[in-house]
Amino acid sequence: MRLVNSWPVVRQVREGDPLGLGKSARSPRSERLAPRTAEADHVVQSICPYCAVGCGQLAYVKSGEVIQVEGDPASPISRGRLCPKGAASKSLHSGPLREYKVKYRRPYGTHWEELPLEQAMDMIVERILRTRDETWQEETPEGKPGKRTMGIANLGGATLDNEENYLIKKLLTALGVVQVENQARI
Amino acid sequence: MPGLGTSFGRGGATDYQQDLQNADVITIMGSNMAENHPVGFQWVLEARERGATVVHIDPRFTRTSALATKHIGLRAGSDIAFLGGVVNYILENDRWFDDYVRNYTNARVIIGERFADTEDLDGLFSGWDPEQGLYDTTTWQYSGMPVHGAAGQRELGFKGEQSHGAHGAHLKHGEPPEEDWNLEHPRCVFQIVKRHFARYTPELVADACGCTVEEFLWYAEELCRNSGRERTGMFCYAVGWTQHTVGVQLIRTAAIIQLLLGNIGRPGGGILALRGHASIQGSTDIPTLYNILPGYLTMPHTDDYGGLDGYIERSSSTTGWWGRADAYIVSLLKAWWGAAATPENEFCFSYLPRIDDDNSNYWTVGQMLEGNVKGYIVAGENPAVGSANGKAQRLGLAKLEWLVVRDFVEIETAAFWYDSPEIESGELRTEEIATEVFFMPAASHLEKDGSFTNTQRLLQWHFKAVEPKHDCRSELWFYFHLGKLLKAKLKESQDPRDLPIQDLTWAYPTSGQIEEPSAEAVLAEINGWDDTGRALAAYKLLKADGTTACGCWIYCGVFAGEENMAARKKPHWEQGSTALEWAWAWPANRRVLYNRASADLDGKPWSERKELVWWDAEQKKWTGHDTPDFDEEKPPDYAPPDDAEGPDAIAGSHPFIMQADGLGWIYVPQGLEDGPLPTHYEPHESPFGNALYRQRANPRRQVNDMAEDPYNPVADEGGSELYPYVLTTYRLTEHHTAGGMSRFVGYLSELQPAMFVEVHPDLARERGLEHGGWATIATARSAIEARVLVTDRMRPVRSNGRTVHQVGLPYHWGWRGLTTGGAANDLTHMALDPNVHIQEVKALTCDIRPGRRPRGPALPAFVTELRARAYAERAGGKHVEPSDTRKTG
Repeated sequence: MRLVNSWPVVRQVREGDPLGLGKSARSPRSERLAPRTAEADHVVQSICPYCAVGCGQLAYVKSGEVIQVEGDPASPISRGRLCPKGAASKSLHSGPLREYKVKYRRPYGTHWEELPLEQAMDMIVERILRTRDETWQEETPEGKPGKRTMGIANLGGATLDNEENYLIKKLLTALGVVQVENQARI
Repeated sequence: MPGLGTSFGRGGATDYQQDLQNADVITIMGSNMAENHPVGFQWVLEARERGATVVHIDPRFTRTSALATKHIGLRAGSDIAFLGGVVNYILENDRWFDDYVRNYTNARVIIGERFADTEDLDGLFSGWDPEQGLYDTTTWQYSGMPVHGAAGQRELGFKGEQSHGAHGAHLKHGEPPEEDWNLEHPRCVFQIVKRHFARYTPELVADACGCTVEEFLWYAEELCRNSGRERTGMFCYAVGWTQHTVGVQLIRTAAIIQLLLGNIGRPGGGILALRGHASIQGSTDIPTLYNILPGYLTMPHTDDYGGLDGYIERSSSTTGWWGRADAYIVSLLKAWWGAAATPENEFCFSYLPRIDDDNSNYWTVGQMLEGNVKGYIVAGENPAVGSANGKAQRLGLAKLEWLVVRDFVEIETAAFWYDSPEIESGELRTEEIATEVFFMPAASHLEKDGSFTNTQRLLQWHFKAVEPKHDCRSELWFYFHLGKLLKAKLKESQDPRDLPIQDLTWAYPTSGQIEEPSAEAVLAEINGWDDTGRALAAYKLLKADGTTACGCWIYCGVFAGEENMAARKKPHWEQGSTALEWAWAWPANRRVLYNRASADLDGKPWSERKELVWWDAEQKKWTGHDTPDFDEEKPPDYAPPDDAEGPDAIAGSHPFIMQADGLGWIYVPQGLEDGPLPTHYEPHESPFGNALYRQRANPRRQVNDMAEDPYNPVADEGGSELYPYVLTTYRLTEHHTAGGMSRFVGYLSELQPAMFVEVHPDLARERGLEHGGWATIATARSAIEARVLVTDRMRPVRSNGRTVHQVGLPYHWGWRGLTTGGAANDLTHMALDPNVHIQEVKALTCDIRPGRRPRGPALPAFVTELRARAYAERAGGKHVEPSDTRKTG
């Protein structure tokens, strides 16, 4: 009898919830459910990294991990909404294809190798200086002032922070690299 | 950006997204806003709730069209014909906002008598040099006043230099220009524009664009009746306008319309340039671009002479806010070289390397192919899929000595040496590729502090939520530590070329185990400080004597009072609709640019319904709902004395304060490569000749003479029938740009799981294509395959007397990730707009046939054979019009 009485259809009729949208759709389990966001230690205000609308995001953090990313209701532009891309930010951040280690391919190599980060930095610095030396143009072939290296180029920026773009332009200009470009031209 | 920059003075969206709700008519063209700026699109829907008319003008019926009042189909690449028709309609039917046009634009200015228009020269302007392939713009100038080029343009004028044009050109002070306030003089701008667009009738528009006369007239009337004192309209555009060989001129046409209708600087008016990446606006403001320095100052050119003084002379305007270019450049040099930068050494101006006319990315790719560029660092971009002519990109990568790729996942650009179409075809072999590759995992936006500048010039701070793991590092970390290591390595060097590195200020504080530099410290430098180290509050406080430092003058004020204004997060429900206390917009937290124009000559709003800023005669200052984009204390009737300079030379009635004459430029005398006015030209690759002029395509467009970038025969050349369809590329909500941030993400890959090609049922019937089946699409460059999506949203167009089909391709796919597919950019070419060097991927031609593509070496064999047949037809048959001097392949 108890089994019959706990049957949702019976409850619908008995408990005045004929459409089955209210009380009768609930169960002890559903009562215990809570959004992941309720478990967070703290919430951090961020901005979506995808398009240029610039939706506000709330990142929910627990034990040093991001457990969810939601829209920030406070933003005057987005008012809490996110599109599918912004809503997938957590997957972007911690999905299974994300890389965490430096990989190195030697000239003519057929596979990736491991390389410590610090060593990679030293090798890159060495190559930058070497190529800069090899391709330095104090003057152009026509004898005009150059003060540059035409052998090194840098690409990227639209997905980066203003502060990052600033350091890129500042450092590379001081190195004499003029071929600094990004997606704005693509 | 030069389209807006030369017209108004700044190259950025003039308005903000929320202001869409205040528009009475919204034109979305060259954009699929609901698809690609979905959350921003809520403001279009708010406008509709309030009764606004929303028109979507596009080759395809898209998600935006579904929510618009009306969709008007348009042949891809015919936008200038359409908009030129609108200009013609406005002028023929007396629909311009007369008070606004007479007082706030250069409609009344008289142009020199040697000027000849495209109507006179069958598609060319005066000054065309067919040998050099560029214009001498002397004859385009204002009568009686030599107009000097935009900042950085050198006297010589014959160089095909691109002025970035994000700002307006400057006028050399001499005699005042000749003007006709009656707008009747045959050589006044108003009359020139009228003649220039006189043949852009509704009938011509219908034929050139493939729409109907009724549709066009409905739109033109809807636009006009929703403009004026009481009503305003906004234009929204994105890469559907910029990715053309006439991109800049296309935007200019909209600028002309908006100036004629008096919509610039008004609430619910303006032009909302919809940019595509989280901080693409920021990456042009603080530019990782070759030809400019922060704040749209220009990089010095190999042809420049005269040191810092010469640079300032060329960069400055004697009038307007560019009159203070000396303060901006000196403050920048002080920020970069600190104590080493002194008045005696011209503040280390000589440390800056020099650029050529064109060192843009497509030029770099050519240099890679020639073996001149040996090292490449790619951070957060995927050119193997995202840049035009994918094969040329990858062949270029294979010629490098070393490559550094920084990203979240192993994108195609990082894997080209073992996984790419060229490895599959055998055109490249892994064991023969010498390129050394470093893949460095990047930190996500949740793992770093920093600011993005969004499409409405708003700097918004994102806070770090968690630490990056393992080897993941931010670009801030990477470039900072790169700089630190370089400084250490070059510390003892005696070579003068190393001085710029030795003297570079680089002492940003770091924290934490990984020694992450402080993003806020970098922002503080961008903002700038005075000689006591105190944060500057506004760019008008910058000095040219070395007592101020500022990394980017247009961002000055973001850190005023030592407060990170970009990090302000006051909820919108606690403020007015302009929400001035959420984050910070450049310049000076103004939300609607040129908003002086929202008031009349007396400083009174044109109407109560459209009030924005106004002159408060009691308080003697400008006030209102927005920060005034004007000198707050300058009265509306201020008349500058004859010897006034810089900002003081701008009158109280001139809203366009960055322009030398303070006026909105309907006609642009200087600053653009391809004309003072927009002209309808066919795309570089098109099935049609030009119905209006003998000059078929933009004479000034950049084309390449390289084996890797061959072009399809065009118009009525023999062989064009082998690539007979119009091809256009576009984007989907669920994917993002070249796929690095979406094809590797589970949910997004599920939502859009396969590359597809969209065709109309008639085309499917004509070519034997089956919905859900496979098709191969080919151009002279390459061929890809895609699943077929038959839909009547892809319309054929009836144009130039015949029906032509359009083929549509999303461009997100590549061969790596959770969802893989053909890369649309393998089909595209590298012919570019001459002002900004952007590729034309919105309108080109192609072939399409059923079935999967050939595999292995059979793929390049197929492509080559088809192309050879086409070229043989062309050689045997009719050639392109003689006036079109550019090579076509």
